[in-house]
Amino acid sequence: MTEKQFTITDEAGMHARPASALVGTVSKFKSDIQLEYKGKKVNLKSILGVMSLGISSGSVVTISADGEDEDEAMAKIEEAMKAEGISN
Amino acid sequence: MTAELYGIAASDGIAIAKTYRLESPSLEFDKKSIDDPALEIERFHTAIAVSSEELELIKDQAEMQIGPKEAAIFGAHLMVLSDPELIGPITEKIENDLVNAEFALHEVSDMFMNIFASMDNDYMKERAADIKDVRNRVLAHLLGVKFPNPGLISEKVILLADDLTPSDTVQFNPEFIQGFVTEIGGRTSHSAILARTLEIPAVVGVKKLMASLSDETMLIIDGIEGKIIADPTEEQIELYKKRKIDFEDRKTALAALKDAPSVSADGFKVELAANIGSPKDVKSALENGAEAIGLFRTEFLYMGRDSFPTEEQQFEMYSEVLKAMGDKPTVARTLDIGGDKELSYLDLPKELNPFLGLRAIRLCLEMPDLFRTQLRALLRSSVHGNLKIMFPMIATLDEFRQAKQLFLEEQEKLATENIPFNNNIEVGIMVEIPSTAVMADLFAKEVDFFSIGTNDLIQYTMAADRMNENVSHLYQPFNPAILRMVKMVIDAAHKEGKWAGMCGEMAGEELAVPILLGLGLDEFSMSASSILKTRSMISSLSKAEMEKHTDSILALATAEDVKNYVSQLVDK
Repeated sequence: MTEKQFTITDEAGMHARPASALVGTVSKFKSDIQLEYKGKKVNLKSILGVMSLGISSGSVVTISADGEDEDEAMAKIEEAMKAEGISN
Repeated sequence: MTAELYGIAASDGIAIAKTYRLESPSLEFDKKSIDDPALEIERFHTAIAVSSEELELIKDQAEMQIGPKEAAIFGAHLMVLSDPELIGPITEKIENDLVNAEFALHEVSDMFMNIFASMDNDYMKERAADIKDVRNRVLAHLLGVKFPNPGLISEKVILLADDLTPSDTVQFNPEFIQGFVTEIGGRTSHSAILARTLEIPAVVGVKKLMASLSDETMLIIDGIEGKIIADPTEEQIELYKKRKIDFEDRKTALAALKDAPSVSADGFKVELAANIGSPKDVKSALENGAEAIGLFRTEFLYMGRDSFPTEEQQFEMYSEVLKAMGDKPTVARTLDIGGDKELSYLDLPKELNPFLGLRAIRLCLEMPDLFRTQLRALLRSSVHGNLKIMFPMIATLDEFRQAKQLFLEEQEKLATENIPFNNNIEVGIMVEIPSTAVMADLFAKEVDFFSIGTNDLIQYTMAADRMNENVSHLYQPFNPAILRMVKMVIDAAHKEGKWAGMCGEMAGEELAVPILLGLGLDEFSMSASSILKTRSMISSLSKAEMEKHTDSILALATAEDVKNYVSQLVDK
């Protein structure tokens, strides 16, 4: 399993556009991918799950990937986070 | 019968047209027990598939109509339709509880809607409407009822709805949809945002709207005031037709001036600047076409806190403003406290006459450490933009010399410490005390520029406190005494090749602008919202023409005479 922390820098927090981009990115992978925020874990392939956390700007989230393509998935997640400008 | 209803003004503009009620079909259903969950799940998947196809179409249409950025929301809707945390629990519920798909869908989507609706962030609250929109589409397909299609509307109408969903709003053809009115929603709801994008008027949150108004009712929508008038009288229709034209003319004319230079009809260029109180005001200044910041009131950085801001904190705030302004000049006025502006952490003795007491530059020279910290922070920030500095409340040349001396000393210290700063910062003064206006010719040899602070200059010249109702009639911007003093200051500056600006409220006043243009004022600094109006006014005035009238104006006896004279000039 691989795990990484991200700080959400987008002023609006995790709003619909970056959340869709992130979910769209991970949906292609076979690994089980979870996002943890304030002790709550959600499936990162679920836009409702991600948005329901109400992640605000400045928050730290932990993303974990578990499965055959976990490393590749994590690399793409980092890319998407940067491309969307929600984390650096 | 004529009826007026009020709501939240969500998008500017005025429209007059017949109403079109947009109502959702009944999506009522009964909870049923089922025998064949596999069949029910298949029925559910079919409804999801059909809904996805529709949403793809709507998304394509939205991309063409309003652009990819606004259409992105339908990408998110499609994602909800394939969300494993939505689909999974629904199929599980059908399988385990042996209930119909409609019920399972309703239960699971309700759970998510409740989560969003209970968030304390307005943006997130509005997302509950997105889920409802997706849910209702699937539900309609499960029930075999048709969803309304506002895309079929082919005559000019104002839409009325309980709430407008995103999939409703993008199907609108703006050519036919003149505006919309909804019973629920706020300024950040989809309907409000899209109305602003499409530039059609909208009023939202109108209580009892759907119960009050029927189809094909003549309606006036006023998105500026947040008001609608049903069955208006002929007079009301005429009035609003005129307002609509005025609104559109104003919008077009002013928008065109945002990036235009500030030039008089005969080609004389002036600078139109904004007065700001904090870094967050810069955005609005630029959006309103400011060519500079003519007055950055730095004392606001010292207010609302319990100790002096550090050099670092000041440096950051000044840099933020300078970076945002880029090459455009920013005139920072050093600390102007005392008088009516008190600081909780600075214990100043009570004065009998605070406006004539220890304030502004007098206080700074009395407390040089405080002043030096600010000068240092300003100097350091100067590498980030086009900074100019001015001192407030200068009454004598000695005061200017002392302040300038402290400024030069801080420059030298920074140079020794190898800390970068701009070596050519212009240093000027506010002219707001009559003694300085009278001595402007001598000041002009030593300062780099003048900025006339009319609010104080008028009250000191007339010896009238404008907040005191008993004497406020003596607060006369158009008194020839004031105008003569303004002329002395401008002429003195020009004689030494310096520039003169004005940062009092007078600089944006309709009757003052023609006089000031004639007197040759170089820079007019005002509240951001007055800039475009002033630019438009200046473009219609001839400087040479106004100059010819200057002597006559200055020879008039009273403020009333001046106002009458200029009113007649402008009307011509």
